[in-house]
Amino acid sequence: MNSAVVVFPGINRERDMARTLKLVSGSEPAMVWHAETALPSGTDLVVIPGGFSYGDYLRCGAIAARSPIMDAVRAFAGQGGLVLGVCNGFQILCESGLLPGVLMRNQALKFICRDVYLRVERSDTPFTRGYNAGQVVRVPVAHGEGNYIADGETIARLEGEGRVLFRYAAPDGMIDPNWNHNGAINAIAGILNDRGNVLGMMPHPENHVEPSMGPTDGRGLFAGLVDHLARAA
Amino acid sequence: MKARVTVTLKTGILDPQGKAIEGALKSLGVDGVASVRQGKVFDIEIAGADKSRAEAALKDAAEKLLANPVIENYRIEVTG
Repeated sequence: MNSAVVVFPGINRERDMARTLKLVSGSEPAMVWHAETALPSGTDLVVIPGGFSYGDYLRCGAIAARSPIMDAVRAFAGQGGLVLGVCNGFQILCESGLLPGVLMRNQALKFICRDVYLRVERSDTPFTRGYNAGQVVRVPVAHGEGNYIADGETIARLEGEGRVLFRYAAPDGMIDPNWNHNGAINAIAGILNDRGNVLGMMPHPENHVEPSMGPTDGRGLFAGLVDHLARAA
Repeated sequence: MKARVTVTLKTGILDPQGKAIEGALKSLGVDGVASVRQGKVFDIEIAGADKSRAEAALKDAAEKLLANPVIENYRIEVTG
């Protein structure tokens, strides 16, 4: 799997992501600076990691979304290339128009850094084939603006087309407002674009992939991508 | 030329920061505060003296970057 991790000023999770990609896929990802105008040739997967690009100035992800490299990412996605955005990466994908909606300030106004439980809604996508539908995974979140919202029509379309891949849930998989820590509409934690090749999610699967970190539930996402690309090749 | 772009949240979009400010004003005993919505103000200097060109540039700025049309409205004023 040839992956590329896009690096913006203020991002701080790119090394976690690179370590995980190397660990699970066996190959080192390319680190691509935001001022670049092209992705390395042969890229299979573009990852936009978490952090605080441009200090979250203006709106989270707003300035990074207008970086030169994002035109290349948009073109890559337009050709069906796989794009994963995590945390600030999800915010950047929304701001760039690759995903609908927006991540608002957490309902309780607090930055939340802890493990959460996610219910995997589908297993028939490149991003979730390493899981079973309905499976509950434990992964960390660390964000102040993760409260997903979009207009009613967009939410209806996301739900109707099965594009919500992850929801915040109780440990038994039930959707419960008490376990929706940021107040996201319909407990949405991760969504797919209409073509099914761009995923944005607030939680950090890359931080739960090896036993020394505790749970290894995040591994399935990356292992699934490796498997998907191996079959496609 | 001096100009101002004001960005506000659309009606119906939850504004937890505005709510927190509203709560703080009430707890300070400020009378008559019914609700608070928080927005942003950008004071911008525009080169040149052509007002309609300035307005076009500000509209461009607001739509490309300053406001997120999913959740925000904007207002442009060229103040002279």
